[in-house]
Order: sequence, then C-alpha cells, then structure tokens
Amino acid sequence: MATRAPVSKPSKPLSERLSGAFTWVFELLMNTLGLVLEPLQRLVGVKRMAYFFLLPNLLIFGVFILFPMLLNFYYAFTGGTALFPQDRPLVGAENFATLFDCGNFLNPNTCTEDRFWRGVYNTGLFILFQVAGTVVFALVTALALNRKIRFRGFFRSVYFYPVLLSPVVVALVWKWILQRDGLLNALLVGLGGEPVAFLLSGSWALFWAIVVSIWAHMGFYTLILLAGLQSIPKEIYDAGSIDGAGTYRSFRHLTLPLLMPTMLVVLVLALIRAVQTFDEVFVLTGGGPGSATLLIVQYIYTTGFASQIQRFGLAAAASVVLGATLLVLTLLQLRLGRSERPL
Amino acid sequence: MSKIRFLLTSLTLGLTASFAAAQNPTELRMTWYDDGNEGQVLRDLLDRFEAENPDISVVVDTVPYSSGILEALPLQLASGQGPDMARVTDLGGLSEYFLDLRPFVADPGYWETNFGPFLGWMRPEGSDALPGLMTQLTVTGPFVNKTLFDQAGVALPEGDTTWEEWAELSRQVAEATETFPMVMDRSGHRLAGPAISEGAAFFNAEGAPALDDEGFRQMMQLMTDWHADGTMLPDVWVGSGGEYAAGNEQFVNAQVVFYMSGSWQISQFAETIGDAFDWVAVPNPCGPAGCTGMPGGAALVGIEGTEHPEEVARVIDYLATEPVQSEFYARTLFIPGHVGLAESGVDYETDSELTTAALETFSTEVAKLSPIAYDLQGYPYNRVVFDTVRDRLTQVFTGELTLDDAIARMQSDVDDGVAEAQRGE
Repeated sequence: MATRAPVSKPSKPLSERLSGAFTWVFELLMNTLGLVLEPLQRLVGVKRMAYFFLLPNLLIFGVFILFPMLLNFYYAFTGGTALFPQDRPLVGAENFATLFDCGNFLNPNTCTEDRFWRGVYNTGLFILFQVAGTVVFALVTALALNRKIRFRGFFRSVYFYPVLLSPVVVALVWKWILQRDGLLNALLVGLGGEPVAFLLSGSWALFWAIVVSIWAHMGFYTLILLAGLQSIPKEIYDAGSIDGAGTYRSFRHLTLPLLMPTMLVVLVLALIRAVQTFDEVFVLTGGGPGSATLLIVQYIYTTGFASQIQRFGLAAAASVVLGATLLVLTLLQLRLGRSERPL
Repeated sequence: MSKIRFLLTSLTLGLTASFAAAQNPTELRMTWYDDGNEGQVLRDLLDRFEAENPDISVVVDTVPYSSGILEALPLQLASGQGPDMARVTDLGGLSEYFLDLRPFVADPGYWETNFGPFLGWMRPEGSDALPGLMTQLTVTGPFVNKTLFDQAGVALPEGDTTWEEWAELSRQVAEATETFPMVMDRSGHRLAGPAISEGAAFFNAEGAPALDDEGFRQMMQLMTDWHADGTMLPDVWVGSGGEYAAGNEQFVNAQVVFYMSGSWQISQFAETIGDAFDWVAVPNPCGPAGCTGMPGGAALVGIEGTEHPEEVARVIDYLATEPVQSEFYARTLFIPGHVGLAESGVDYETDSELTTAALETFSTEVAKLSPIAYDLQGYPYNRVVFDTVRDRLTQVFTGELTLDDAIARMQSDVDDGVAEAQRGE
C-alpha cells in the first residue's frame, strides 16, 4: 500500500499577503498619525480639525499660487530691470499710469503702450468670437452626439481627440495647412483658384486663430454639455410631448433652461481659457502680422521676458489689470447665472 | 552566511562609491547653440581636451537660439542659475555676468593680440577684462541664386551696385523664373547695414541712439515700398509675428533670387544646397553713404557665477589656442574671430568652389565695414534698437502705423527701454 506524502500547509496567495502587508503599513501609519492628531483633536475640537487636514493643500496653494500672485502684485509697483524684488526700486503706480496713458482709448496709436491696447482689443475680439463659437459649436455637437446615431462612440472620440493634443502641435499642424504654400492653398490652386495669404493678412490671421482655438477646445466643452444633457430626466420630455411640444419648443423651453447651469460652467471655463490663450496663437502667428493677433498674454510675456530690457514691472502691472478684469467678468457671469429664474 | 555576503557586498559597494567619488571629474556645463556643424566640431575638440585633462568634464547643452540664448539665458544669469560657460550673441547686454578670465589664462598678451578688437564688445564699460573668445566673426551681406540669373538671361552686376539696382535686377529675374525677387532675415541687425549705407547715423552727437535721420528714413521707405510692391517675400517680415525669422529656407528651396543674411549661412548652404544650384555671396549693395554690412558674431564666455572659474578658464584657454582655433574655423567654415588666423588665412576644409568664393567675399567685406556699424554692434543696448526697428517697421507694412509714427515709436521704445535699464543702477 502506497504511503501518502504528507500534505504541506498551503501558503497564502500573493494577493492576500500583499493585502496583509498593506494593512500592516496602513495601521502603522495611522497609529503614528494618531499619536499626533488625537491629542490635537482633544485640544482644538473635532470641528476645527478640518483646517489641519486642509493644511497641506493650502501650503501648496500658498507657495505656488498665492505667493507668486502677491509677488507679481508687488512687482507691478516697481521699476528697473533687476530680477530680485529687493533690488527693484519702488515706482508707485507709474506702470499702471503708463499702461493707461491714452489720448483716445479706442485708438491704440494714441496710447503710450500701444501694444498693450492692441493686445486688449485683439483679446476682446478673440474672446467674443472664440467663446461664442466654442459654446455654440459644443452645444450643437453635444445635441447631435446625444441622439441615437450610428457610430456614436466613434464620433464622441473624434470630437474629443483635439483636446488631447498639445497646443503647440495643434498650431504647427494648422500652420502647415494655412501657410502660403500649405495644404489649403494647394487645394485652392488644385481647384483652379488663387492662393490666399491666410497668415499674412491681419483679419484672416485673427479669423484662423479663433477657428483653430475653437477646434482645439470644443471637444472638452462638448463632453461637459453632453453630461448635462444626459442628466435631464427623460420624463420631462415625455410630459412635454404629451403637452404638444415639438422638437424646437422642447429645446427652447426644456433643454436650454435645464442645461443653463452646465452652460454657465462651460461659459466661465471657456472665458477663462480664452483670456489665457497664448501658446497656440503664438506658434500659429507669433502675434502677427504686425500685431494683428497679439493677445494680452503675449504682450505680458514679450514685455517681461522676450525683450533685451526685461520690463518686469510693466508686465506685472499688465497681468494685474488682466487678472482684475477676469475676476470682474467671472463675478458678473456668476451673478447673471444666479439671477436666472429657476424652472 | 547570508550576513557575511551582505557585509561583503556593502563593503564593496561602499569602496566603489568612495573610489568613484574620488575619481569624479569637475563637471562644467556649457550652454550652446548651433548655426551649422560647430557643435559637432566643438564636441570633438572638447573630447580631446577631456582626454588630456581627466579632472574636467564638459557637458554641452545645445539649446534653440531664440528661446534658449536670447530669452532663457538672460533670466538664468540674472537669477544666478546660469551655466559655467555659454555661447552668446548679446555681448554688451550680458557683459555684467561674464567671468574675467585674465587672472587664470596662461598668456593674457596672446588674448589681447588675437581677440583684442572684439573684447570691447563683451567688456563692461571701462573694464580690461578677458570675458571670452569669439566663436565666429560674422558679417551681414547678400547671397544670390546665380542659376536663376542664368536662366533669366540676366547678368550679375559687377562693381558697386546700389540697393535699388539689385532690387530691379532681382525683379527681372523673378519675373522670368516665376520666383520671388528678394527676402531679408527678419532682424533689425540685418537691416542696419543697408540703413547705414543709405546714410543712417544711428547715434546723435552725444552718443545716444537717434533713429530719425534721412538715411534711416530712406532705407525704411525702401523696405516699405518693396513689401508693398511684392519685391520682398512677405512671409518672413510680415508672416513671422514679433520674433526673429530667417529667410534661408526660401533661398535653399530656390524660391527667391536675392537673400540678405550673413556669413554664418555659408556652412549651412554648403551642406543643404550643395551643387543643386549656384549660390553666390555678393558684396553689400551700396547707398549714398557706403556699401556696408554689419559685423557681429557669437562669443564663448565664462559665467561669473561659476563655482569653478579656474577650470572654466582652462577649457576656454584651450579652445583659444591657435591650433584649436584653426581647426575649429577650418571645419565650421566660419570667418575667424582670431586676428592671427585672419591675417594668415584659414585652410578651410571644403572642396566646394562656391563655398570658398563665398568665404572670400565675406572676408573682403570685413575691411569695408563702416565705423558706425562697429559702434552700433558695440552698443550694449543694440538689441533694443534692432528689435524695435524690426517690429515697428512690420507695423508699417501691415498698415498699423505710418512710417512717421513708426520712426517716432522706434525712438521712444529705445529711449524708454534704456531709461528703464538704467533706473536703479
């Protein structure tokens, strides 16, 4: 009779051992933290403990965002070209006075810092058309993608794909398309037309800067609006349909009002993004021809960093003006959003 | 057993680490940019230096010229975070950050003799420092596509030829060959030579920059007219926003007849054009006040903030020696920024007659440079002048400014910029 080999105790599976190790490390960490936090909690009370948990994030925010913002604010009141704040002479509001020294604010040629005002007007035009275009096209696309169409998943990916591209790549690709001997002109010539100097004419260059920016960012906002559309209960449309509402009336009286909070988020995000636009327009046109596509952020960059004499004070003052404008616009939008009558 | 093995391994690793630390050479970082093959030549020379000097290792960080050298490097230097050495073109503007190599180099007299004419460009005012050596002396001037001239049946002009005559000839050739007549690098430096030839003085009697004179205005008007009537290819000046842009691509692709650039293009043309067509460097066109280009160039300098000044000086002193300089220039096809070599001549490593002829043309141009051109090149804030001329003139081409307004803006840009730079000094 064959003897049976002794059965060894089966070892624990790897996942179980890893889980055990993780639990051990976690407990060790928690117990160590407990040594500090428990007496602290007894001292300050449970409610105030939240501030201690927020502290790491607040520190990061303070060091990398708040402190540079305050520093920028200080720089706006200094002059000279020295880099370190302690070496920079205080000049009061001189930089702001230079920026706002204008004979006629509607004519940049009458301003001391004409490039700043050209940047302001170009940025204003850019925002107006880019934000409006982005929201409209994103809404139309989201409505289309919300319907039961064939290859819906594919189309959703296609519209989102440009968002994944680096702005520099986007600009370079479009530059190859739009330049004098680019793809679009090759197509026009192939069809028997005349080539168009898309990037050599001020109005064409601004137009294409807006188009490229809408193309590059629309997918992100489409996704947000799509999520908003999908959160509207189907029953509301059923009820509307019973009351005789057609496609247009459903859209006008149901979809739009219910989508308004999401639209507001999209609008604020698109506005902030549009004001901050720099890289893709800079690579596409360099701010030209002349200063036709010079945006305010490029003005700040050029004044502060790209010139031989780096006027950090003037650049900082311009960014304070930009930041203040952005803050006012955002607050205004939020205020308008709140005053929207609920359904 | 395992404990013994652990101890032995630790001991071995520890000893290896200490030995390696003891043998580690001093690492020096050099910020560099390339116009042609000079980075490769430099690396070969540094490899040889490192073999002879195992206690020093040089890491060359090659960066783009515009964003790396013109924009990022000044900030690094101002913040004290710069490299140990750098190749720079803003010689006067950055001179406060340069290391004085005089106490460290073997023979300061050799430096004064061979680099003396250019040291003033990179010295702070009133100083006798030895900040570095030129890695190339450049002269601005035009190239023409001779093959297009031949195809059009137009003869290349001989002797002194004015800018207007060159423009007319280029238009004739372009019309016959369906190309563009002229292109110029988008740079105030490139435009300065022609402006001086037309009579621009650039400085007033007190030595301050002054841009509003007849000669200057004449050249600005010519450029405006040429952009308006299509003589100048608009892609470079109008289509490049607020940055420097070169027209070499269009010339290499035989899209333009006449290209105003400078001697640093020679090695690149030898490589990229080869014998695809005949390209010829021609003397600078003339105006009423002369036929000058602009001098310029790049220098390799030590940076004052380095922790290893002695080692930096050893590297640069090695690169400054005549045999090394001779090899560098022979292989890079640059005009030497070394007086001894300029006098004795460089035996350039090229079989191309076109290249040799171009080098000869530009070498001849050095002797014809106007004193104003040297003064402007030596002016520490010359980039402010060059940049505002470039950008404001482009605004005239696009209709944003009239020429009068543009010239007034150029002057105020320079005045404001210089006043800002001098504030707090």
